[in-house]
Amino acid sequence: MITMDYDVAVIGAGVVGCAIARELSRYRLDVALIDAAEDVAMGASHANSAIVHAGYDCVPGTLMARLNVHGNELYDRWCQELNVPLKRIGTLVIAFGEADEAELKNLLELGEKNGVPGLKIISGDEARAMEPMLSQDVTAALYAPTGAITCPYEMTIACAENARHNGVKWMMNSPVTSIERRGDALHVTAGVYHLRAKYVVNAAGVHADEVARLIGDESFTIKPRKGEYMLLDRTAASLQKVIFQTPSKMGKGVLVSPTVDGNSFAGPTAVDIADKEDTSVTSASIDELSRLALKSTPSLNLRGVITSFAGVRAQPSTGDFIIRPSEIDPRMIFASGICSPGLSSAPAIAEEIASILKEEGLPLNRKPFFDAERQPIRAFRHMTDEEKKAAINESPLYGRVICRCETITEAEIVEAIRRGARSLDGVKRRTRAGMGRCQGGFCGPRVMEILSRELDIPMEALTKFGGGSNLLVGKTREDGKNK
Amino acid sequence: METREMTCIICPMGCALRVTRDGDTITVTGNTCKRGEKYGIQEMTMPMRTVTTSVTCRGGDRPLVSVKTKDQVPKEKIAEVLEACREASVQAPVRVGDVILADAAGAGSDVVATCNADAV
Amino acid sequence: MSCMVDVAIVGGGPAGLAAALAAKEAKPEAKVLVIERDKKLGGILRQCIHNGFGLHYFGEELTGPEYAQRFIDRVEKTDIEVWTDTMVLDVSQKREITCVNTELGLQKVEAGAVVLAMGCRERTRGALNIPGTRPAGVYTAGCAQRLVNMEGFMPGKEIVILGSGDIGLIMARRMTWEGAKVKLVAEIMPYSSGLNRNIVQCLVDNDIPLKFNHTVTAVNGRERVESVTVSEVDPATRRPIPGTEETIPCDTLLLSVGLIPENELSLAAGIQMDRVTSGAVVDETRQTSVPGVFACGNVLHVHDLVDNVSAEATLAGAAAARYAIDGPKATEWYAVKAENGVRYTAPQKLSKGASGKAELFFRVGNPVKNAAVEARCGDKVLARRKKNIMTPGEMEKIEIDLAEVQGEVVVTLV
Repeated sequence: MITMDYDVAVIGAGVVGCAIARELSRYRLDVALIDAAEDVAMGASHANSAIVHAGYDCVPGTLMARLNVHGNELYDRWCQELNVPLKRIGTLVIAFGEADEAELKNLLELGEKNGVPGLKIISGDEARAMEPMLSQDVTAALYAPTGAITCPYEMTIACAENARHNGVKWMMNSPVTSIERRGDALHVTAGVYHLRAKYVVNAAGVHADEVARLIGDESFTIKPRKGEYMLLDRTAASLQKVIFQTPSKMGKGVLVSPTVDGNSFAGPTAVDIADKEDTSVTSASIDELSRLALKSTPSLNLRGVITSFAGVRAQPSTGDFIIRPSEIDPRMIFASGICSPGLSSAPAIAEEIASILKEEGLPLNRKPFFDAERQPIRAFRHMTDEEKKAAINESPLYGRVICRCETITEAEIVEAIRRGARSLDGVKRRTRAGMGRCQGGFCGPRVMEILSRELDIPMEALTKFGGGSNLLVGKTREDGKNK
Repeated sequence: METREMTCIICPMGCALRVTRDGDTITVTGNTCKRGEKYGIQEMTMPMRTVTTSVTCRGGDRPLVSVKTKDQVPKEKIAEVLEACREASVQAPVRVGDVILADAAGAGSDVVATCNADAV
Repeated sequence: MSCMVDVAIVGGGPAGLAAALAAKEAKPEAKVLVIERDKKLGGILRQCIHNGFGLHYFGEELTGPEYAQRFIDRVEKTDIEVWTDTMVLDVSQKREITCVNTELGLQKVEAGAVVLAMGCRERTRGALNIPGTRPAGVYTAGCAQRLVNMEGFMPGKEIVILGSGDIGLIMARRMTWEGAKVKLVAEIMPYSSGLNRNIVQCLVDNDIPLKFNHTVTAVNGRERVESVTVSEVDPATRRPIPGTEETIPCDTLLLSVGLIPENELSLAAGIQMDRVTSGAVVDETRQTSVPGVFACGNVLHVHDLVDNVSAEATLAGAAAARYAIDGPKATEWYAVKAENGVRYTAPQKLSKGASGKAELFFRVGNPVKNAAVEARCGDKVLARRKKNIMTPGEMEKIEIDLAEVQGEVVVTLV
């Protein structure tokens, strides 16, 4: 086994780990981005509310409050540089009567203390003018103009791609099984890799406490809290705003929101669970989501549901984000316990981690040729006719539509594979192939053929999302059995 | 004496037939038409089926060529016909109706191609 | 880069091919173009390698590929132009088609008439909202059918099938014949929408259990399906009955839970839709609400027999050619209403002043025995048919004389 030297090993390739890797790639550092899964964005980063929160509901003075509000500010620049969709459509917390209205006032106060700009309480009619689908029973709303929607897995992938472009090494399929504290460095064993890292950033999501235990740090635990969602087809609704109901102690409550792709969704539930990998959806939750979503927007067409899914939040036992060096060994820096508003805070967390590393003695010297730009996979469906003609001219595979529901071409799928997609879901997250109404019924076998061809691996070896998620169990006929 | 219950498949009525064999005499009850009786007797004496499957295609524009038994074969022969097809392969080009296996598995019917395959 | 044709047909499956041939036959001088997204013509029939097609249309029993090949052979004998591997992106109200392929790039086609024949797609797990995990091993029956019959891959070894429609039944037999173990076919309704013949020859022949009033209430397994939970449902509400859950170990769940016409192009073109069929509202020539745009086959309403698709497409193709060459005919229509146990009709309207016979396709909402169906115009009975049995799974038809239609027509059980 070859041992490789790194300045920083970032454990966890969710949005936080990838944002950190990207931030660190500005500097003259050797950085590794490590994940147990076969791809980036395989945990909560691909199954969450996709909202860049304004930051009015965090307790003032917490890391959550500060990093959410600052993260929200950073989003414009990050999304512009990384070419990730961001729509500042604004969010509404809606009230159904006096008790809820009191809660709105409370949230307004918190938000003002946190420095959230532009917050105001508006009447039910004003809210309905902003969002015509809103229930007639809504009596008032807290409007937060800085609330935005983005695409969380595209943000994660974009950070990871940009980090790689600037020299960060990806190590996927590499579960971290041991971290030895030696004098020269932390020795990290991750799958087939063995790294000598001056610093380790623990951004391991729901598994961050287990990674902390590898150096004997027991200062916190991560409690998995499941959030289930229902995704609706584009034709089911056209929402203008993100609509929250008033929060409970379990979280921000059930919301309905458009996505940057024009779909809409309802969720999340908040269920404390024992198993960190439990992303099952229960029928009781689907019923509950339906009921609550219709309370906010009675005209939502729930027959337009195309899928339901769940993500697991990493709830920290401390009640706040854990962003500090370990007291057992300060060479491990925690970016842990990043539950909601983790997506919103990710760019700010990345800056915070960089400054902690500097305080801990890592010299941060800017690279002269850092390239902040990341080009997206050019989406055929968003091109004008002239652009489409030119694209096909340049690459004929743009002329072959593979995913009919989302109009995704073979060129886009090939490019996704070139950028690191290794599975059906990896292609789906990068291109949207299989994300539409037929959920891959038509394009699944075709995407598999392309994966098999481009990666030069047999169809039977292909997976849905890595590991043992094999799609096929074998062939119906042996090749040339009878000559 | 042997009695079997079966659903008639001749029309959507799906009559519940009761077919009894007593020596050489077969009686069908539960049918509402003459065709049901005929079906019941056939199923009792010699049920026949068309087998459709595919065989490996060599040198063609597709990995498999779909095939069928040209005539129906006795039901108990289905497994053997399928096995014969699983073992078989065909060189492209292939045209609909080409005989792939003559009297497959001795079941009394040729297996013929049901699609075209061009050589590549 | 724009080309002009008289009749452009979107889709080269059974509907599109029959429409193309009919257009050519009606107006031999018409320039006819078929645009197909797959690399070959034939549509879904290419993967339906089982027999049972063509008894009505050809008077003999064919497999799907054979049925398709007969039409393909006929098309090849004409000057009908075919573009395969070509995706239609848009059909405008002015009948301008935008399509792409790897050779011609982005193409605009101006058509005198358009026939929409895009077929249908399968309902998915998401549309049913089946709870549980999201592992590999959940396939629609048609997707599995393509993998097994055309590509030679086995999606799984131990199978549970949800839905006893014909595709589910056919796949139960196919998977068994390919060496897999089909453990159960679960059907949420108290009856199957599949043909008796398929229940007998696919399930009974292979000792595969079929449970009515049962559905899958959870998918279990993290990476690959490990089991599914099946529950009995209350026949009245179709909600699962707590306490009836049974866990069936399996590696694959196949879904055969309904087909949905693939009408994204029609919707984008602003065509008026029928909420029951999820297809366009058409007249007896299968003309939609957009003049010169016709629809036929499964994109119009889901058929159970391809023979009916061919017959319907023949009407649409011929009418499209006449529209393109002779110009529009009908400008006013009478509505056709489905009432009292009749769930829908196709067509949903009839041209004023039309003559000749017209078949009204319809489906009943629930199985009915010893019933009669009538087509009425006011007090006048246009046609009456008695049937021993009618089921939602089988499309029925009733023929009327168009010359007798003087107002709204009602199709109703009596």
